[in-house]
Amino acid sequence: MSRRQTLFGKLWAAHEILRREDGVSLLWVDRHLVHEGSHHAFAKIAARGLPIVAPDNTVAVVDHYAPTRGRSNIIDPQIARMIDTLRQNAEKHELRIFDLDDPTQGIVHVVGPEQGITLPGLLINCGDSHTSTHGAFGALAFGIGATEVAHVLATQTIWQKKPKVMRITIDGELEAGVTAKDIALHWIARLGTGGAQGHAIEYAGSTVRALTMEGRMTLCNLSIEGGARFGMVAPDETTKAYVKGRPYAPVADEWDAAEKAWDALSSDADAAFDIDIHIDAADIAPTVTWGTSPEQALPIDAPLPDPAMLSPQKSDLASEALEYMGLTRGKSLAGTAVDQVFIGSCTNGRIEDLRAAAAVLAGHRVKVPGLVSPGSQLIKAQAEKEGLDKVFTDAGLEWADSGCSMCVGMNGDLVGNAKRCASSTNRNFKGRQGRGARTHLMSPAMVAAAAITGEITDVRMLLRDRDS
Amino acid sequence: MAGWQTHDGVAVALPLANVDTDQLIPARFMSVPRSEGYGDYLLHDVRRDASGALRPEFPLNQAQQASVLVAGANFGSGSSREAAVYALIDAGYHAVFASSFGDIFASNSVNNGLLPARIKPETYDELVSFIGKSPCEVRIDLKNGQASFNAKQLDFVLDETWRMKLLNGWDDIDLTQQHNAQISAFKSKYAQTKPWAVPASNV
Repeated sequence: MSRRQTLFGKLWAAHEILRREDGVSLLWVDRHLVHEGSHHAFAKIAARGLPIVAPDNTVAVVDHYAPTRGRSNIIDPQIARMIDTLRQNAEKHELRIFDLDDPTQGIVHVVGPEQGITLPGLLINCGDSHTSTHGAFGALAFGIGATEVAHVLATQTIWQKKPKVMRITIDGELEAGVTAKDIALHWIARLGTGGAQGHAIEYAGSTVRALTMEGRMTLCNLSIEGGARFGMVAPDETTKAYVKGRPYAPVADEWDAAEKAWDALSSDADAAFDIDIHIDAADIAPTVTWGTSPEQALPIDAPLPDPAMLSPQKSDLASEALEYMGLTRGKSLAGTAVDQVFIGSCTNGRIEDLRAAAAVLAGHRVKVPGLVSPGSQLIKAQAEKEGLDKVFTDAGLEWADSGCSMCVGMNGDLVGNAKRCASSTNRNFKGRQGRGARTHLMSPAMVAAAAITGEITDVRMLLRDRDS
Repeated sequence: MAGWQTHDGVAVALPLANVDTDQLIPARFMSVPRSEGYGDYLLHDVRRDASGALRPEFPLNQAQQASVLVAGANFGSGSSREAAVYALIDAGYHAVFASSFGDIFASNSVNNGLLPARIKPETYDELVSFIGKSPCEVRIDLKNGQASFNAKQLDFVLDETWRMKLLNGWDDIDLTQQHNAQISAFKSKYAQTKPWAVPASNV
């Protein structure tokens, strides 16, 4: 009898070139995505005079420093230099580059799937912790550091010790106004930011099956915020329908062979998981972070925590977070006034996210300023075709070009000191969106609701009012 | 990267949990070439006030000569930026002792010769109260997984593979190139069995 394998085990075995006596495997890398931040790795291989062994498997994307406004004339010399460095490296090594003037440019974790560069069954690396996004396709996708990026460039392989496997099963129907983002913040709040450290996560259950690819990408994207380097969903008809016909997706005989291979990519019944978590979709409300770690998240209708009521370890962290965030213990999270909003990022900058936000915003004027940066220029074009840009601009938000933008602030899109931002991004770390910035993570629909009222708001109320 | 077996230095306690990589090095400093050094950016925004001056009360500023950091759980969580490790190394650090680490940070550390030494949460608590606000002398024995902070001895946990790598200063690219024949064989077979996984020219 063959051993029952998890999806993760199958993907790992398919890429394992060899395993050393100490248990570390050398894995084949199918796709390697680089961006401006990969400059350290390019410098490392240049210093050793090494070539890129598989330029066809390597794709360069301008995203981290991409200006979202006025990109034809970059004023900041540091930003211009970072983008130029990537350009020069791409040219030197003959890499396909998604540059600023490319109508398909966007955030690396949006462009990969959108172009069909990301496929089920592939091993995908990128020097970015949100590479787990691509796991939504049933790919083995994980973020790596600069030394590892240099190693992949030089060898097209990577050394890894096989992590343990965790399954998070979510069953049932999500309430209107509750999204993949809320599922992610819900489990991270429950298990903690270290809850999945050392594990690869497989997301399963009827709720996950019902999610679109966009939703699955949001879910897998946030795996790292719970400590997991890998997040994945077994491919199914939804996956194949998304991939088929994408520019770089296989065609003809290769498509047929791919489909056959992808159909085998699921965990065998009774496969063993090191940790098995179950969540009832009905228990998930729109969820918002209140602190400086993604685990410091609460359902929208919950009061802010009282540190005195928490365990000693959590108590200090909570006090400190409340102070940084300028919040008062025990007060309601809903109703907290915000200064600005942001919709975008590799977490929630896809077309479905923009549609969800626009559906809430339509016919309203916002009370606070905000920026909308689509996940890619193709999404931007699609949104404009649907008239979503008009909804955003009519409401009073700024409609911009694509990039990592205000999620990480490298391109100069920053939140000011002590300013509070309702944000569809992935990290509420101190200073993430700018020194002293106060970030509240939430879904794009919740960000839209906050923009309308000027305070953190339960989007379900707005939706109900609209329906009635 | 040079290997090392023992380290004698000074330890400082930073009793904070969840010190993420955005705090270790704010994103705005990451466009700097490594040759310019990253030490000044280590924990920049918590270590310095708005004018850029060092905050005297911040633990690391009271121990400029420190080379070993004792910090709270989930150290280095967050982004994959290796610059977080560069900042520690360029500021003179050889090791971080914590009860848990972000996975990518720990792996980046070992790739740069920085020891991510895992200790039990109760050991961490003892160590923090032992060190307090006065930095203490420390000796690390990497091979045996032991450290002494003044008179206080303790064991730390380190993946065996990582221990070998730190001890020997191994470079992965050199190691991998010894397996070139196996890699080529794998690649040919892979292309035959999974033609759909092979990118067209320039993807």
